[in-house]
Amino acid sequence: MAVMSYLEAIRETLRQEMRHDERIIIYGEDVGVRGGVFRVTEGLQKEFGEDRVIDSPLAEAAIVGTAIGAAVNGLRPVPEIQFADFIFPAINQIVQEAARIRYRSNGAFGVPLVIRAPFGGGVHGALYHSQSVEAFFAHVPGLKVVIPSTPYDAKGLLAAAIQDEDPVLYFEHKAAYRSIKGEVPDERYLIPIGKADLKRTGKDVSIITYGLMVNYALKAAETLEKEGISVEILDLRSIRPLDVEMILETAKRTGKVLIVHEDNLTGGIGGEVSALIAEHALFHLDAPIMRLAGPDVPAMPYSPPLEHAFMVTSDKITEAARKLAKF
Amino acid sequence: MKGVGTLASLNMTPELLKEMYYTMALSRALDDRMWILNRQGRAPVVYSANGHEAVQVGAAMALNRGEDWIVPYYRDLAMVLAYGMTPREVMLHLLGRADDPNSGGRQMPAHWGLKRRHILTTGSVVATQDVHAAGLALASKVLKDGRVSMASFGEGSTSQGEFHEALNFAAVHKLPVIFLNENNGYAISVPARKQMAIMDVAARAQGYGMPGVIVDGNDPVKVYEVTREAADRARRGEGPTLIEAKTYRFVPHSSDDDDRAYRSREEVAEWKKRDPVITFEKRLLDEKVMTEEELKAFQQRIKDEVNDATEYAEKAPLPDPATLWQHVYAD
Repeated sequence: MAVMSYLEAIRETLRQEMRHDERIIIYGEDVGVRGGVFRVTEGLQKEFGEDRVIDSPLAEAAIVGTAIGAAVNGLRPVPEIQFADFIFPAINQIVQEAARIRYRSNGAFGVPLVIRAPFGGGVHGALYHSQSVEAFFAHVPGLKVVIPSTPYDAKGLLAAAIQDEDPVLYFEHKAAYRSIKGEVPDERYLIPIGKADLKRTGKDVSIITYGLMVNYALKAAETLEKEGISVEILDLRSIRPLDVEMILETAKRTGKVLIVHEDNLTGGIGGEVSALIAEHALFHLDAPIMRLAGPDVPAMPYSPPLEHAFMVTSDKITEAARKLAKF
Repeated sequence: MKGVGTLASLNMTPELLKEMYYTMALSRALDDRMWILNRQGRAPVVYSANGHEAVQVGAAMALNRGEDWIVPYYRDLAMVLAYGMTPREVMLHLLGRADDPNSGGRQMPAHWGLKRRHILTTGSVVATQDVHAAGLALASKVLKDGRVSMASFGEGSTSQGEFHEALNFAAVHKLPVIFLNENNGYAISVPARKQMAIMDVAARAQGYGMPGVIVDGNDPVKVYEVTREAADRARRGEGPTLIEAKTYRFVPHSSDDDDRAYRSREEVAEWKKRDPVITFEKRLLDEKVMTEEELKAFQQRIKDEVNDATEYAEKAPLPDPATLWQHVYAD
């Protein structure tokens, strides 16, 4: 077992899975010779050759669209969209093609495809290198949306996504790439998509979140513990499908729910989680459901004070959870 | 000695030529029947191949049918018939029946897809299929499976970004793919001169570094020959070809369209003089590839097939509402 960064865990999983399954190919902008702008695919072209790690033309609709065709004809493509913000030229291919091919062909065709994309802010990326785009895709039946929070999960979930028979969007928070480290077993393993992870048990407040925010929430929980506030944390791991059972269990256990995401508030997955709790666990609640999310402004600004004001931080989570605990 | 320009001079057997004719005529007859069903209120909507039969059959028959992939568009009834979809299957699709192999009654008519014959399922947003064909070909290149893929599309769709992205991607990676444009001069009502400031779609090819070929889309033999050449080129690893087949649709865009609003009757009549089904029939008879007796037998067989398909599909069960939830995911 080695300690790895979140980024290294993704790279080593790609390597391990590619060694194991010759059908897996990687392509996207700069993923070959350069190993990706974040170096996630560094060294993979050297090991697997230009046929399996392909520097593609700079055209997102073509990257996803050709990956759909390649998947139908027997490959397991894992294309990279360089920044999640650049996924929109491909949205028709993802939403109207990849997500619907199984359904519209009455099960005849499937699209085993994993689209990897770094997302999220706090890295001075401004409007077009900071976005959280997951809610757009979580709305779409036929897609799966996976957002790992730790190197361990990054590995098990990526392997599961690659082996999945359906299109999976795999979002990697770029602020997590090098800042989040953890132990990752050498051997191959899978984490089933759709199973949330109870990161911590507590009795006063439940924080339901995913991705990088899980790490921020854990930090907030430590601070609050010193104040005598006991926090439970549920890492959703995937926002489509949602682990409804575990969401309702934690809501019922503490009676106070704080939902956290960096994606902006309105139409974010927090609304869906709230609705599920309201529909199925209302009478277990001791306080209104609270949401802490990115603000409803078009996207994250560049200048540090503006960027900081946008970001969801450990401090903001601590403050929100404290307020909820005292309700 | 074989005469220059005659059918006998071609490297095509009489059987192949007759199959070509049969498929074109079958497509026309099925098409006509679908319009009748529509006007009788028995089929909600029809998209027609009427006028395009030569392009579609000529191109399909030049491929290794059922092995090479095709990614058609809504106009391609004759193409999917040539590729092995049966008239019964076409009618099940038109009438939204449970056993429709294209979609189980989920998609609008003319949204083809038949896994058994390597016809990839298609959506409605035009040019999306062009990148799928390039992707199928990418897999063929990596897997070295010897397959060629072909996307077909109208000239209106060449205004879409994905048409250009597909050609560029395929040319850069020298993919075994054919892009077949069925240029009938109109995208519903909008004439080609309002889609592009050039005369020929094929001229685009040069900008992407691939051959662009213009062919008479009302001559199935010529289409067959250029498609054959493109497929050979693709299989040799020399990359994609753009084929522009100039043709015409004889009916409105769909059963809900009225083309009198945008085309003169004189223009339609002029093109009908070159109706590919009629001219090819005459050519086969004149050059004695097909006898009058054979033609009569074909006509009877087509009538029987169309009647059988209509009756079969009308009696076939509709989908169970409970199946609405099936096939969202594999598990």
